[in-house]
Amino acid sequence: MTGLFILFVYIAIFVISSLAVKFFVHRTTKDYTSLKTVTFGDESTVRPNRIASVISVATVFLIWGSFTGSAWVPGFTHAPAPFAGETAFTYTLEGPDGARDDAVVHVRVFDFGDDVANFEVDPGVGLARDDAVTMTASRSATILFDKNDEVDRKAGAKVVAIDGVEIGPDAPIRTDAGRFALTAKGAISFAPPRGLQMEPIWLPPPEAVVKRFIDISRNGFRNYLLHEHLGISLFRVIAGFFLGALVGIPLGYAMGLSDWFRGWFDPIVEFMRPVPPLALIPLMIIWFGIGEVSKIILLFLAALWIMAIAARSGVSGVNITKIHAAYSLGAKKHQIMSHVIVPNSLPEIFTGARVAMGVCWGTVVAAELVAAENGIGMMIMAASKFQQTDIVLMGIIVIGIVGFGIDILVRKAESVLVPWKGRS
Amino acid sequence: MTGLSIENISMRFDIPNGGSVQALEDVSLHLKEGELMSVLGPSGCGKTTLLNIVAGFLAPTGGQIVLNGHNVTGPDAERGMVFQQGALFEWMDVRDNVSFGPRMKGQKEAQWGEHVDHLLDVTGLADFKDKAIYELSGGMQQRVALARCLANDPDVILMDEPLGALDALTREKMQGLVLKLWKETGKTIVLITHSVEEAILLGERLIVMAPRPGRIHKEYQLPFADMGVNADLREVKHADGYNQTREEILEMIWDMEEEIMGRTEAAQ
Repeated sequence: MTGLFILFVYIAIFVISSLAVKFFVHRTTKDYTSLKTVTFGDESTVRPNRIASVISVATVFLIWGSFTGSAWVPGFTHAPAPFAGETAFTYTLEGPDGARDDAVVHVRVFDFGDDVANFEVDPGVGLARDDAVTMTASRSATILFDKNDEVDRKAGAKVVAIDGVEIGPDAPIRTDAGRFALTAKGAISFAPPRGLQMEPIWLPPPEAVVKRFIDISRNGFRNYLLHEHLGISLFRVIAGFFLGALVGIPLGYAMGLSDWFRGWFDPIVEFMRPVPPLALIPLMIIWFGIGEVSKIILLFLAALWIMAIAARSGVSGVNITKIHAAYSLGAKKHQIMSHVIVPNSLPEIFTGARVAMGVCWGTVVAAELVAAENGIGMMIMAASKFQQTDIVLMGIIVIGIVGFGIDILVRKAESVLVPWKGRS
Repeated sequence: MTGLSIENISMRFDIPNGGSVQALEDVSLHLKEGELMSVLGPSGCGKTTLLNIVAGFLAPTGGQIVLNGHNVTGPDAERGMVFQQGALFEWMDVRDNVSFGPRMKGQKEAQWGEHVDHLLDVTGLADFKDKAIYELSGGMQQRVALARCLANDPDVILMDEPLGALDALTREKMQGLVLKLWKETGKTIVLITHSVEEAILLGERLIVMAPRPGRIHKEYQLPFADMGVNADLREVKHADGYNQTREEILEMIWDMEEEIMGRTEAAQ
């Protein structure tokens, strides 16, 4: 239910902000594209609307904040919170002889994380007597109302109504105080209104995630600070990728230049390429344990095939007229290699490097999820076992940002080192 | 003996599904040093195959190529080549492309710098020498290809439709440049082209090839290249005999094309 409601809110913000921006913000830049009269179907006129991007990110945080009761978003945007505080309801007890009496149950509902303190009320007199109950928000409580009553359930007493509304074993009811049902043995099961907010154990508010970020940056998690977890993961990726490129690129060149190499390694490369690196994790653990060696070999294997195939297609992609031109200009074989084949294959190799870095980053997190002593993946796995959802979320966000950063770095390097890519 | 001799060249390609294609049959001719010969012919007549054999990229199944008294066995800097397009090195700027040949020989800039800069001047590239290849227009790129070939100081220049990918106006300008460079350097040039006009304007000597098997069909000695060295190429087109030659060659090629089509239809 809550999920559908969130989806509806999300779509509503999407539509309303789109209309609002279209209506209020006029395009101020006048470039060639804005002069085109035919724009629908012309892909070149579609540029990301940066206002939309900003609103999109803001919307995610707004919805996150309002459905977790975050202090960072204004109170009026909060979704209804689960009930907390004092409430009370009256139950009607019917004795075995048909005599009836009312008594009040005083309930204190405590917020998540608050200490639950018991309290007492004067039970009063009569067949049924008043009770005091404590519970946590969003939970239901089984209330053994008859502990202090004159006749208890064993003696044949039973609840017949709550707040004047009749209730039976198969007929749960809903009142202003919450939802009531009778258990098989006749006790009252009470659940105060849950609201629409998520419990922190499912989805903590953004501030809790940021707090965790600062906390783990300063105090660490499982003996390592956040940047140490991140650093060790990055080290594994870079070491694995570097070794993979170191072996894979020459291997790819050899496959592109020699029929024996191509024949020899073709079956191996074509077989290993479709094997997901994740499928190798168990074997790596059996062979090399859960230490650095096993991780780096795994990432080496993840990068190796990608880089070999990239280098091979970089060599086979060389325009034969370039080779002919170089020969007829007097270049020797080794000069053809270093001045034509290698530079010509660089764009392909960079494309491969981008893919390989992405795969390595995904694989290292997965490998750490399975077994590791440190690393960002181990951090979220260990946290999830203790329901520390805020650490899990923080870890996921850090993984996403770092992965994005790696891709940007490789793209920047690409535009500096191979500016001719895609332009010849 | 100086010059380029093409002696009884034959070329037979085996095709994968059995059988073979006779691309060239017994082609012989001799080019004197400094001669500019253009080669015309319908598609499939073996022009490019012949050029690749002269360049040394292909070994003929019969006959031999002799340049200045020695046999051609493979590609070499003495036979420079200008391709239609895609042969420049995008990872080098214009000047590095032009100086590629001398640098591969291990020469220092002191040895080639002046020559290369002179060639950049002549080809009108002086202002573009630090530009990347992909920043240049198609015509500019072909100027680089010409200059790169000349920087290596080859004995023979082989041109495989060097102006084929250019628009008509640029093409005309480049034809003038080719003539100018030919006169200035005195190189032996073999020019393959699809354009009858270009072949007549630039070829001191012109051969028309016929297909299946590829062979020399007819040979002309033409005065227009010499005229073009000193006059505007447009005026040359109004010179006596120009139109007549053009019509004659066009008809010849049309007939060949028709014959090919007819034969293909008959085979079906």
